[in-house]
Amino acid sequence: MNEENILEEKGDYQGSKMGMWLFLFTELLLFAGLFLLYSTFRSRYSDEFHTGAAELNMTMGTLNTVLLLTSSLTMALSINVLKKGQKKLSVLLQGLTVSLGLLFLIDKYLEWSEKIRHGIYPNSAELLQRGKGETIFYGLYYLMTGLHGLHVIAGIILISIMINMTINEKIHREKFVKLENTGLYWHLVDVVWVYLFPVFYLIS
Amino acid sequence: MNEKDQNITGYRTYFIVWICLLILTAATVAVSNLELGKHGALTSIIIASVKASLILLFFMHLKYERFLIKAMLLLTIMTIAVIVGLTFSDVWFRY
Repeated sequence: MNEENILEEKGDYQGSKMGMWLFLFTELLLFAGLFLLYSTFRSRYSDEFHTGAAELNMTMGTLNTVLLLTSSLTMALSINVLKKGQKKLSVLLQGLTVSLGLLFLIDKYLEWSEKIRHGIYPNSAELLQRGKGETIFYGLYYLMTGLHGLHVIAGIILISIMINMTINEKIHREKFVKLENTGLYWHLVDVVWVYLFPVFYLIS
Repeated sequence: MNEKDQNITGYRTYFIVWICLLILTAATVAVSNLELGKHGALTSIIIASVKASLILLFFMHLKYERFLIKAMLLLTIMTIAVIVGLTFSDVWFRY
């Protein structure tokens, strides 16, 4: 390989990683805006927010935290083993990450459907009757965990594509920046949940 | 540094970080049961920030990234801090 090629490859690798980080910063700003909205309303309706949070299922929230943290571990490991050339193990770990992500979504689905069964959803009669504070709390709960859930779905789709690319040798021990960037995205989704969890489940 | 000569974080490091994250999760749940009031919220945000830092530094390899990316993250956090700070300088004195 001549010098030009090496430079090009190096620039490509660094460039795509930096592009990913830049995208992640916009994601942070997006969620930060919502957290700001949450905290200003919480300072206005702190009692109602506490009543609302007390009704959320802390066990399911904790379970989801454990699921996502573990999926971050399997994601990080999958990149590690690929760098050492263990393709099959990497595919297995990526598959495990997807499964944990799906379990997270199932947990979330059960949680939401239980709330909806009790008549608590945006604009429901039950909620409107409880007044502004709780309406805002649950509005933010559905908006923020919903937006986060969409990110989990996107992450699952991305990792599934990566599994396919790893199997087809489009990603291998010497060319793995796509898998790394997907990993960065997945970890960021985890970071957002790390803040969502105490903010909604633990303030009661 | 290109794709080939990347340093590889050991498996051990990942598992230790993961265990720390689980312990911190248990800690934040335990603290929330103590009913510390205003301090409780602060404590849970601090624990969450420690968890987020662990994920960023080790799982996302920020520890081994070059200065530019670290500086960019710092800029993002500072931007958020300014926005939050200015908003609360209004909210806290309004009611």
